[in-house]
Amino acid sequence: MSEEQDVITGIEAPVYLKYNFTAGAAAARFLHQIKKGVLTGQRCPSCQQVYIPPRGSCAACGCPTEEEVEVADKATIQSFTIVTIPIPNNPIQPPYIIANLVADGANISFLHLISECVNEDVHIGQRVQALWKPEEEWDYAMDNIRYFRPIDEPDVPVEMIGKLPVTGWEGSADD
Amino acid sequence: MSQPEVLQQSFELGFTYTRSVGPVVGRFLTELRNRNIVGIKASDGRVVVPPMEYDPDTAEELSEFVEVGQEGEIVSFAWVKEPREAHPMDRPFAWAMIRLDGADVPMIHCVAANAESDVATGARVKAVWADETIGFITDIRCFELA
Ligand SMILES: [Zn+2]
Repeated sequence: MSEEQDVITGIEAPVYLKYNFTAGAAAARFLHQIKKGVLTGQRCPSCQQVYIPPRGSCAACGCPTEEEVEVADKATIQSFTIVTIPIPNNPIQPPYIIANLVADGANISFLHLISECVNEDVHIGQRVQALWKPEEEWDYAMDNIRYFRPIDEPDVPVEMIGKLPVTGWEGSADD
Repeated sequence: MSQPEVLQQSFELGFTYTRSVGPVVGRFLTELRNRNIVGIKASDGRVVVPPMEYDPDTAEELSEFVEVGQEGEIVSFAWVKEPREAHPMDRPFAWAMIRLDGADVPMIHCVAANAESDVATGARVKAVWADETIGFITDIRCFELA
């Protein structure tokens, strides 16, 4: 064995999984709508829950969902995490916040980024709104929304998160 | 609801693992970098290539490295008609269990051949080394018919 070179102690053993993802009818419809700057979910005919992004069926009832419902680009933080560990090949530099957000008019959360905030002040129930990319950059993609940022509205109590009408929190408070 | 056009997108999920190899496999890889192939002697005297850390029968720690030949015999093989992206060759080749001279168990590697009919159980093959060796199994680029 050569004395000149170090003994091998480790190897690179990466795994790469390459997919071709087909959106399917419900997700494709959602993506066509978001290309126009509109967030569109689907309502379950049985339990009335609005899903966004829609999957074409209700996860709770198993019913096909066909009725399309526009939801707002204002949302409430349902949960969040401050990411401090860099992820290989992720262009976003930590620390950053990823959150489960429920859009006004929707009953289920989706994941997106929170920015223009003090990370330590972000909290459950906080009101946020989408910051969209310039219209000419819109594509079939959720990142047409660059991120969500806090807005000056009162917090939503935990039991109300996911139950706001499309008119929003202040709208519902006025009812 | 109108039926929109089908949307498709390719994407890649990657896990950038690194693995610690330990002293036994580490020795094997270090020897490969020097263009040597070593196995390890088991309690019953069999030479196992690539070397294993513990005896298959007694579970005792093994440490007696043995250099084996760079030629050997095909014990079994599978011909790959259409290599895939991750395969070691971009033309048809064989995955083969190769028992190297001086070894008692076969190890898997690829065999370069012009045609499936050139490959046979019992055929003699020899290691072809990569131009640059780094301490990885691909330091043996492939085996070819001897
Ligand atoms: Zn339902």
